Amino acid sequence: MSDNGDFKPVIVGFLCNWCSYRAADLAGTSRMGYPSTLRDIRIMCSGRMDPAWVLHALRNGADGVLVVGCHPGECHYVEGNYKAIRRMNLLKRTLRQLGIEDERVQLHWASASEGVQFAEIVQNMTAQIKALGPLNWKQRNVDDSVNLAVAAGEHVHEGA
Amino acid sequence: MAEERVGVYICHCGHNIAGTVDVEAVAEWAADLPNVEVSRHYEFMCSSLGQELVEEDIKTLGLTRVVVAACSPHMHERTFRGACERAGLNPYLFEMANIREHASWVHAVDKEGATEKAKALVSAAVHRVVHHTPLETMKVPVEPTTMVVGGGIAGIQAALELADAGYKVIMVEREPSIGGHMAQLDKTFPTLDCSACILTPKMFDVGAHPNITMLTYSEVEAVEGYVGNFVVTVRQKARKVITDKCTGCGTCWEKCPIRVVDDVYEAGLGYRKAIYRPFPQAVPKYPVIDVESCTYYKTGKCRACQMFCPTEAIDFDQQDEVVDYKVGNVILATGYEQFDARRIPEYGYGRLANVFTSLEFERMVNATGPTGGKIMLRDGVTEPESVAIIHCVGSRDRRYNQYCSAVCCMYSLKFAHLVKERTGAEVYNFYMDIRTPAKGYEEFYHRLLEEGVRFVRGRVAKVTDAARGPGEEGKLIIQCEDTLIGKQRRIPVDMVVLSAGMEPRHDAEEIGHLFGISCSVDGFFIERHPKLDPMATMTDGIYVAGVCQGPKDIPATVAQGAGAAARVLGVISQGEVALEPIRAEIDEEHCSGCRICNTMCPYSAIDYIEELQVSRVNPALCKGCGTCVAACPSQVITGAHYSYDQVMAQIDGILIDVNRPVTAEAEVAAD
Ligand SMILES: Cc1cc2nc3c(=O)[nH]c(=O)nc-3n(C[C@H](O)[C@H](O)[C@H](O)COP(=O)(O)OP(=O)(O)OC[C@H]3O[C@@H](n4cnc5c(N)ncnc54)[C@H](O)[C@@H]3O)c2cc1C
Ligand code: FES
Repeated sequence: MSDNGDFKPVIVGFLCNWCSYRAADLAGTSRMGYPSTLRDIRIMCSGRMDPAWVLHALRNGADGVLVVGCHPGECHYVEGNYKAIRRMNLLKRTLRQLGIEDERVQLHWASASEGVQFAEIVQNMTAQIKALGPLNWKQRNVDDSVNLAVAAGEHVHEGA
Repeated sequence: MAEERVGVYICHCGHNIAGTVDVEAVAEWAADLPNVEVSRHYEFMCSSLGQELVEEDIKTLGLTRVVVAACSPHMHERTFRGACERAGLNPYLFEMANIREHASWVHAVDKEGATEKAKALVSAAVHRVVHHTPLETMKVPVEPTTMVVGGGIAGIQAALELADAGYKVIMVEREPSIGGHMAQLDKTFPTLDCSACILTPKMFDVGAHPNITMLTYSEVEAVEGYVGNFVVTVRQKARKVITDKCTGCGTCWEKCPIRVVDDVYEAGLGYRKAIYRPFPQAVPKYPVIDVESCTYYKTGKCRACQMFCPTEAIDFDQQDEVVDYKVGNVILATGYEQFDARRIPEYGYGRLANVFTSLEFERMVNATGPTGGKIMLRDGVTEPESVAIIHCVGSRDRRYNQYCSAVCCMYSLKFAHLVKERTGAEVYNFYMDIRTPAKGYEEFYHRLLEEGVRFVRGRVAKVTDAARGPGEEGKLIIQCEDTLIGKQRRIPVDMVVLSAGMEPRHDAEEIGHLFGISCSVDGFFIERHPKLDPMATMTDGIYVAGVCQGPKDIPATVAQGAGAAARVLGVISQGEVALEPIRAEIDEEHCSGCRICNTMCPYSAIDYIEELQVSRVNPALCKGCGTCVAACPSQVITGAHYSYDQVMAQIDGILIDVNRPVTAEAEVAAD
């Protein structure tokens, strides 16, 4: 695979408040460097991750989406991360059908003490996406009808 | 959405942010973002001047939303919410962008990237904040009773502070007696006052205090609820002794024919009976039957204790009791375990008879211990003529624990003094660095130097009994590089003491999970902030004290125990706590009553209202995780402060510079 020159991926991250956001904080306080590709959003729990958000990020310019939660069995809300696993599996199946590479959407775990691991996750994902190249959702042959369906789905949300 | 006026503030944090992120450029750029009324940068936003800047702008410019880009919200979200509130703005109309921990500190070598990311994060916050809605915290009353888990010196101190202040305390201790490790110690450094003499009165006070309910031989099984209103389920294991009848006379253990090695209190150096009281000053004074060892539970015979008990206090059929306690706050003070010296085979513990651990040595020098305070070899008669004390066993060692156990240097010096005082033996301390950073500690070290104790600097390679010459015959030989003279040395001694470090309890992870808090890489409980909030945790209402939070000596443990109690007293005296208004709410008009959310909720906070055929969230039980929000197929559950729209807007904002939009056209098409 090529390394795609100086293409710098943009990764949108969803970090749960309790473990993974704190892992990212710890990476900071311990000054562990990682690529500035990740732009993160704090959510209370990985179980709050709405697949529509992932799609929205991909459609609007992100090259990948990273969701990080507490380790299985350690979710602050008991089992939100198990729900995240299930949603992620469904979402990935859909994305696969659209021809979107698996590596572009990843779910990982990091406990509040795993600053090193958090930095590694970002490093690895950045390298993988760099190898894949830009996502270019719009230019890709993603069927217009899919866009329509996604947009329609968002309308339901907004209408509610 | 009405026209909003957003104020944006970019913090330099001295050099912490401004050294990497071009804060001026970010502030200038942010001024052009939609709805931004004013965009400033300032050296220290968290300072009173920084906060006043925000307050002034809210008042004079009529800001309706505030964004501060600075450190982690875990650090200063509360600070700036407070500033908004003081200026009359609902504190939830504020959003923080983390450009320190998540940008400047991790992208120090990539200033351009860090600045670009800071812009994206600021834009995300600006886009999000206009969707915020004012929220009111829910006030709930605080149950004034506190639970203290662990009855070592940390827990004892915390419990007494609270009880003396007039509030009820429930103390849960796993062992048959409170006291913890301090009860095992002989003298305490640097003053060398007798550990029991200063601890026993406190233990007695706990046992006799009208405000303290002591649950010994007990463990926490489950925890429910939230700050101010926890329900903790405690299993009180059956002592097989009716405490109302027992006088603690001791006849039972005198008559018990079964001797068991005491791995807990005597650290394996001595024995106890199958019915036992861990030590004479135990609180409470009642013994317990160790069911695993007792003959009666194996064969149905013996009953010696029962036959001789003068008050008929033995009850072989007594069952565990499981009771729920309602408490407002919890202090965890579960202490430590000693590093298992067997894990370093080259030091020979468990294989070479005269290698002892430091806790064994504490028991040995203790007048109430198995040897009556006499320092002797494993044979029980020979006094050593030379003793080696090896520092840092299992600590400051990448193979085991990287951290320093903080007390081993000092207790090793204490041991050296005691050996000198009681035997006149030659004492060698093998150390890497001597760490004596507290009051009176360095002075103690100098006293030891004058007492003629020998210090050899270097990590010991091995302890062996393989003699190489007549001088080493029948001895333990310490092989070590003396780094001060740059030579390999072999020093024969009669006795070796391993100053093994402190480790987290083996079940610290589980206990942490039970109470909703986490452990650090080392395995000790994580405090809310390492400097400014070392007693609180990330879970409101759960506090930590003593070595369970990290290695420390008795003075520091006592200080932290008292500190945790003070924090709890603060909450109790307020009478009520404000719960974060981050909760889910169901739009009942549009709810289809499918009940998917009912089973999703980990707290059973969603009820199905049969008459209306809709689901409803119980706000007191909801903890705001948002799982139901993401699951609702009709999208009629709103997660306050993490709503669908807020995060969608945040995504739009975060991608502002790369946005290759398809949304607009697609939406037109969909209309
Ligand atoms: C060999 C040695 C010598 C030392 N000498 C000195 C000295 O001279 N001076 C000095 O200042 N410090 C000394 N220290 C350090 C001192 O032991 C500690 O600072 C102090 O005992 C810590 O108290 P603690 O209450 O935090 O923990 P602990 O003493 O470990 O107490 C914790 C208590 O919690 C209980 N517990 C644990 N888990 C649970 C649970 N899940 N449920 C209920 N109960 C639970 C335990 O049974 C125990 O009673 C020495 C340490 C060692 C190893
Ligand atoms: S809180 Fe971290 S995954 Fe649920």
